[in-house]
Amino acid sequence: MTPKLLNFLWLVPVFPLAGAAINGFFGRQASKKAISAVALGFCGLAFLLALIFAANFSSASAPYTFDLAHWLRSGDFRVDFSFYLDQLSLVMMLVVTGVGFLIHIYSVGYMWEDDGYYRFMAYLNLFMFFMLTLVLAKNYLMMFIGWEGVGLASYLLIGYWFIKDSASSAGKKAFIVNRIGDFGFLIALFLMIKHFGTLDFPSLFAKIQPLSAETAGVGLLTSIGILLMVGAAGKSAQIPLYVWLPDAMEGPTPVSALIHAATMVTAGVYMVARSHLIFERAPTALTVVAIIGTLTALFAATIGIAQTDIKKVLAYSTVSQLGYMFMACGVGAFSAGIFHLMTHAFFKGLLFLAAGSVIHGIGGEQDMRKMGGLRLYMPWTCGTMFVATLAIAGIPPLAGFWSKDEILARAFDANWVYWLFGVVTAFITSFYMFRLIYLTFGGGEYRGAPPPDAHAHDSHGHGHGHGEPHESPWVMLGPLVILAALSLVGGFVGLGNHFEHFLDPVFKAAAEPGLQEPAREAGEKTREYLLMGVSVSVALLGWILAHVLYSSRPQLPARIAERLGRLYKAVANKYYVDELYALLFVNPVVDGSTTILWKGIDQGVIDATVNNSADSARHVSDNLRHMQSGNLRSYAGWVAAGGAVVIAYMVWMGVR
Amino acid sequence: MLHLILFLFFGAICVAGAINLLAQSHPINSALSLIVVMASLAAEYALLGAEFVAAVQVIVYAGAVMVLFIFVIMLLNAGKEERTKGSRIAILFGVPGVVIGGVLIAWTLLFRASAASVPIGAEYGGPYRIAKLLFGQFLLPFEITSVLILIAIMGAVVLASRPDAVAKRHDAETPKAMPELVGAGKER
Amino acid sequence: MVPLSYYLVLGGILFVCGVLGFLIKRNIITIFLSIELMLNGVNLSFVAFAAQWHALSGQVFVFFVMVVAAAEAAVGLAIIIAVYRTRETLNVDQVNLLKL
Repeated sequence: MTPKLLNFLWLVPVFPLAGAAINGFFGRQASKKAISAVALGFCGLAFLLALIFAANFSSASAPYTFDLAHWLRSGDFRVDFSFYLDQLSLVMMLVVTGVGFLIHIYSVGYMWEDDGYYRFMAYLNLFMFFMLTLVLAKNYLMMFIGWEGVGLASYLLIGYWFIKDSASSAGKKAFIVNRIGDFGFLIALFLMIKHFGTLDFPSLFAKIQPLSAETAGVGLLTSIGILLMVGAAGKSAQIPLYVWLPDAMEGPTPVSALIHAATMVTAGVYMVARSHLIFERAPTALTVVAIIGTLTALFAATIGIAQTDIKKVLAYSTVSQLGYMFMACGVGAFSAGIFHLMTHAFFKGLLFLAAGSVIHGIGGEQDMRKMGGLRLYMPWTCGTMFVATLAIAGIPPLAGFWSKDEILARAFDANWVYWLFGVVTAFITSFYMFRLIYLTFGGGEYRGAPPPDAHAHDSHGHGHGHGEPHESPWVMLGPLVILAALSLVGGFVGLGNHFEHFLDPVFKAAAEPGLQEPAREAGEKTREYLLMGVSVSVALLGWILAHVLYSSRPQLPARIAERLGRLYKAVANKYYVDELYALLFVNPVVDGSTTILWKGIDQGVIDATVNNSADSARHVSDNLRHMQSGNLRSYAGWVAAGGAVVIAYMVWMGVR
Repeated sequence: MLHLILFLFFGAICVAGAINLLAQSHPINSALSLIVVMASLAAEYALLGAEFVAAVQVIVYAGAVMVLFIFVIMLLNAGKEERTKGSRIAILFGVPGVVIGGVLIAWTLLFRASAASVPIGAEYGGPYRIAKLLFGQFLLPFEITSVLILIAIMGAVVLASRPDAVAKRHDAETPKAMPELVGAGKER
Repeated sequence: MVPLSYYLVLGGILFVCGVLGFLIKRNIITIFLSIELMLNGVNLSFVAFAAQWHALSGQVFVFFVMVVAAAEAAVGLAIIIAVYRTRETLNVDQVNLLKL
């Protein structure tokens, strides 16, 4: 890549920023066509530029850096606006711009009737800017700008229909829970600054490279690693900070697809992958990552079984799949995690967009119990969603199979317990995804009410005059088809470990000096095929179970739920985690701040001080005014008394 | 010795007149007591050698200003003072205050200050010497005070005239002013 | 040979009597007379000091004090007449409208 081309690297994030600015400031009076043109145009330009960079990318001269401007200088510490392009950020950049562009196109159709259309497009572009800053940053501080910025965009977009109380609360919840994670991230940054004096990736990692792994106790690198994981848990919705993601489904469906499936939530995984050197030198932290990922994967999957809202199922599925990615990173298979990130962007994005198409077609209904038989009305949506479900279940030869299988194989290498959890989770994933398909598209008749002719905004407004569910327009179906194609063939880059070798320069060069890569024995291949067979059969089992419960014997689920009683209720209520958090954290804070800070300090001290000083001034003057009585003799009396005092003082001073 | 006797004699008359001013209830008596005080003060000035000032005191102060006072007392037909409820503050704070102040000053002057003695006629202030100062060093204050008197005259005329008398001055209706003024002195 | 402080004490006594008259008396004209008494006491102090420091300007100042006292008496009496015309009283306690 020529240096001249590199000069345009900073345009990749800035193009969407320009689009956001134009739409944000001038969009109110502009026509919807103009707004769409601006939004799609700038996003498309970013995507085009990303493709050009990909075409000109050569692994030999990677990594590329480009310094845009100076930023902070404080003694020896310096941080600049610098961009960094290596294989990892190239992959992320392509995923973000590509999937983002498709979702922009989809949003044109989905949000067309909305009044705040320009606002939505502006926020989407703003999100793209921050996400691209995050993945292209050369130092942790710029990454943190992107990190916070995507949190902001997420808040704006979740609470997009802010008139609804639930939506604005969900936006607040997302931002606040993210904040908790950001606190951990910040402390990690402070530790890095204190002990290494730099946040720049190349310099920082060069300083960490010669250090030996911390195996005894918790040292500096372990702390940094764990704190980074806290930040990632907040952003990528892992235990215990995942509670914001299901609530985030209040936002429009394109938002859920872009932010909460394909890109923002993967920022945590990207950050962990980028910091892999720190984690490799701190095995304890790495284990923490793996445990959190594995537990989250299984935990979220179990909740997904009993959800009735189509988007909530997909939300918990996202949490679960993110758990897979963290499990991969936790066992040292960073490239496998990134691979799954990429395929997940394809099929999860597709799943959300198709769900949006379903919701759009039946007039705003999201409860799966009121759906059914929709494959007759929306064949394209059904087809693409089916492809995505095959992908997520891990059925070959679709994309999800390759990436999930890679993770499970590497997990088995590390510890069979991880693998077991992963396999059980795969079974449950397959089950609830096919459950979703059968409930939504299967069966004979449509259980729901006919979509009304013209109705008020619910989760999305649409004034159709039809009395039955209908297919979406091609502007929405196009991206679905493209993503379905990617889900079909996207996994083949993993064949022969091509993808892994591509990312090798990023991850392998940092291996601890003296550690040898264990040679692969002949028996490895057999074991690999065996594991592959287990995961495929587990996926098929899930499908069969879903078929039995929701297609052939639809009365069974209710009977099973009754039998399980309390347990079922707990799962259906998400294990009451939200209620627990409310009890432990939210209510004490709110009550404390009402009683102490508001009534006690604000009203009792600050207001009281001001009001009381005014009152006392009034009282004093009220009493003093009686001095002016209009009576000449009293005035003279005061003068004489005052004069006497002065004389006395002077005499006393003179006599002393 | 003679100096002391004269001083004490005229000083006693001064103080007696002052106390009488306070003691009398009819203002005319107080005015006449004040004339007595001024006359004895003139004697004190003469003892100190300020002859010109003593003469001016008798001629101007006692002879013109006090006469003006008496004219006004007679014009307004001021009667005996009534007992009205006045200000308690004045009595409560003012009187003790001023008395204490006076006592302090007297004490300081008598027992703490280094008091030189002055002979009779210590500083002779005859007309020639006063005039040299008055028209020499103090010429400007002299001229300004003459302007001040002019202004005071005009102010007094305006303030004391009847409101409609100003407008009717052209009609020269002075005789009519008398009946109102006579009737105004009714005892209340 | 009389010590100077005797003259000053006499002046002080006159001044104190003047202030007492101002405080005690109720008739406006009597209050005015007390003011004149105060001025006389001060005049005596001036002349006494002129005698002590052999500075004739003390006596010249007395001259000016008298002139100003005359002017003040004229204007003050005119005001008293005006007040008498409107309030029909010479009692200072009844001229108390200027109050809060």
